[in-house]
Amino acid sequence: MEQIAIDIPRLLFLAFAGIAVVAAFNLILQRNPIYSALSLIVTLCVMAALFLLLNAPFIAVIQIVVYAGAIMVLFVFVIMLLNIREEESKIDRQKYLKWLAAPMFLALLAQVFAVIRYVDTTPPSIPSANAPGGNPAESLGTVESIANAMFTTYVLPFEATSVLILMAIVGSMLLAKRDSKQDIERIETALDAEQAEQEQAHLAAEKSNKEVAA
Amino acid sequence: MVPLSWYLALSAVLFTIGVVGVVIQRNIIVLFMCIELMLNAVNLTLVSFSRYLGDVTGQLFVFIVMAVAAAEAAVGLAIIISLFRNRETLNVDEADLLKL
Repeated sequence: MEQIAIDIPRLLFLAFAGIAVVAAFNLILQRNPIYSALSLIVTLCVMAALFLLLNAPFIAVIQIVVYAGAIMVLFVFVIMLLNIREEESKIDRQKYLKWLAAPMFLALLAQVFAVIRYVDTTPPSIPSANAPGGNPAESLGTVESIANAMFTTYVLPFEATSVLILMAIVGSMLLAKRDSKQDIERIETALDAEQAEQEQAHLAAEKSNKEVAA
Repeated sequence: MVPLSWYLALSAVLFTIGVVGVVIQRNIIVLFMCIELMLNAVNLTLVSFSRYLGDVTGQLFVFIVMAVAAAEAAVGLAIIISLFRNRETLNVDEADLLKL
């Protein structure tokens, strides 16, 4: 086996990978969802650093803005909105699954590593036709090269993505909307109860007045 | 230069942690976060292959995966809010009837 040279990118990779794995384990082992959300944010930021290490600045920025920004804010917002008490697990019906998790983790890991061993990791000698002219390794991952491919070769998937986002907006508004009919019924029953209470109080007051008069 | 296999190994580990999280967690919000973790692990694979093959297509895939993840998070969290409103629970074991 060849000697593995340790240089600065490798050290950085090892540091980031360690943080990412620890934060991911923290994500699945926490009982409080807000701590899980915070460790997922750590993982996402570390992944953005890894993307920078891979010479993909556009993807790194998108990762921070969209993932760690928009999506995780949505998650934290929902956790705060629902105001969950800490893990109301009264009955854990599938307790045995937890003991199945560790062997399953190891088995799945072995399986994925077995696949990775067959990947040909030698870079191809011919630069891809997709890369815009010049040195493909240098310009790869800049906003210019990504926009070039996105608005020429892949313009149809890009448009489909925008339609998908529009549908997601409409769908989430429809799903999270309160059922107005139910609301009206709830308000009516509450009003009825209040009225009945008031009448009862009125009757009681009249009764006591009569007693006083008698 | 970091070898490609290191990135693939990290991606595999993160993906596996996400799968295990889906199995051992019962809180539906944390399940969603585990799915996001798995999507991110695959994104890492796509970007590293894009880098090592000198092809920008992988990064475009990542862009589209992020858009799909945003849409999925919006719709999924709306479903979670609706579920909580009707059932007063976030435990997936108690919401197994496929209806509200």
